[in-house]
Amino acid sequence: MRREGLAIMAVTAVKSVTPESFGPAVALSCRECGARTPLAPDFACSECFGPLEIAYDLPTGDPEALRARIEAGPQNIWRYAPLLPVAADVAEHPNLNPGWTKLVKADNLARELGITGGLYIKDDSGNPTHSFKDRVVAIAVEAARTFGFTTLSCSSTGNLAGAVGAAAARTGLRSCVFIPHDLEQGKVVMAAVYGGELVGIEGNYDDVNRFCSELIGDPAGEGWGFVNVNLRPYYGEGSKTLAYEICEQLGWRLPDQIVIPIASGSQLTKIDKGLKELIALGLVEDRPYKIFGAQAEGCSPVSTAFKAGHDVVRPQKPNTIAKSLAIGNPADGPYVLDICRRTGGAVEDVDDQQVVDSIKLLARTEGIFAETAGGVTVGVLAKLIKNGLLDPAAETVVLNTGDGLKTLDAVEPTTGLSATIRPTLDSFREAGLA
Amino acid sequence: MSVSVRIPTILRTYTGGAAEVKAEGATLAAVIADLEANHAGIGDRILDGAGKLRRFVNVYVNEDDVRFADGLETATPEGAGISIIPAVAGGC
Repeated sequence: MRREGLAIMAVTAVKSVTPESFGPAVALSCRECGARTPLAPDFACSECFGPLEIAYDLPTGDPEALRARIEAGPQNIWRYAPLLPVAADVAEHPNLNPGWTKLVKADNLARELGITGGLYIKDDSGNPTHSFKDRVVAIAVEAARTFGFTTLSCSSTGNLAGAVGAAAARTGLRSCVFIPHDLEQGKVVMAAVYGGELVGIEGNYDDVNRFCSELIGDPAGEGWGFVNVNLRPYYGEGSKTLAYEICEQLGWRLPDQIVIPIASGSQLTKIDKGLKELIALGLVEDRPYKIFGAQAEGCSPVSTAFKAGHDVVRPQKPNTIAKSLAIGNPADGPYVLDICRRTGGAVEDVDDQQVVDSIKLLARTEGIFAETAGGVTVGVLAKLIKNGLLDPAAETVVLNTGDGLKTLDAVEPTTGLSATIRPTLDSFREAGLA
Repeated sequence: MSVSVRIPTILRTYTGGAAEVKAEGATLAAVIADLEANHAGIGDRILDGAGKLRRFVNVYVNEDDVRFADGLETATPEGAGISIIPAVAGGC
């Protein structure tokens, strides 16, 4: 018999919430077995350990009015507040206000890759801390404030640590975040500069994640809002805004194909959720779309499972320069497999050299300097075209989720001065630069 | 073999609120059976209907994820520390 109302409680005393606190959100629902629990800082189903996600009562019935309301909203993710687990007055709260990043028409890259149906880069390096993580953290901060948490925390591969540090600084919360001890120096600096506590764990991301999961069940973790653990259902919803923005920026229509990087897989599943919501609300025309997942070969548990035809994901020990995607035990991996298969997409991976080459290709053709995760998605885009899995005649959107300045180490060995010359025209000519 | 098992918050209703309990068994399967004998109902939360580890449960014997070892047949030496952790945490 199903027992209702049991779920992980991370803290013993949680501020009570009003129905208005989370706007259209009405409950937590288990993605695996469907059991429902009240909105709380819970993340795993008490019945089956499955992931809890937000269930909504969305504003159906008048898509024109909803579209007008969104278009009149602020130029950040809060324009979509009617579709998110946040209070209606969320835009008035102190927050980093991320989102509404550029959707760049990438004609030069399209020509280089032989894409004729139109290619766009959704460039999320334009967020306040230069990665898409600001979107998810913004929602988590609202939930943390509502539940009365005083410390904001996370397990991170780097980008999230910076986003949490910055958001905590803006909102006046304490932050204490955990990262693998050997991250890129750029990410360490960008996470530490905001003044919160930054703790290196001797191990890989999966070790960090395990540590955080144990801390949350310990008295030492009481009063802590872990954005990607006990606030994960709220946090994940921030990725839906990528889907909303892409469709709105295309003129309220679905793209044919989207290529999305996979770390835990949460972002991909939430983009799919966002697209389905837009269809259900009548904001876009209902027509088929394909979702493709991108991994680095050195951490490709989902790609490996996809190619093998498996519906479970066997964990791997990561070994790749794409550290922001180096999650060997991806929590949402099985759902990524379901979505890519359901939509007719695929999951592919590229090696580290292809990642570097693809970073440089995107920079050279479009003037966009992506971090290694962006190199993975562009590299996988090229590979999918080559192996015939992605239609070059169909409109395609590729995500760049972070800024190349964070992962300079990846390209530094193969970039640098073209020449060093004396300050004379003769020297310039002698160097063959004229 | 006597081992220590760290219980996640989600399962502490079965252990009277205890965050850590003792159990006996030479393999993970035997330890889970012993947990069930002493904390009725906990086994069904960890294992699915086919008797396999649930998809969203991670179990560690000392520092090792049992999925990298022998799964339910992973040896649990005397004094080992076992952690049961929801798998849905983390990531982006």
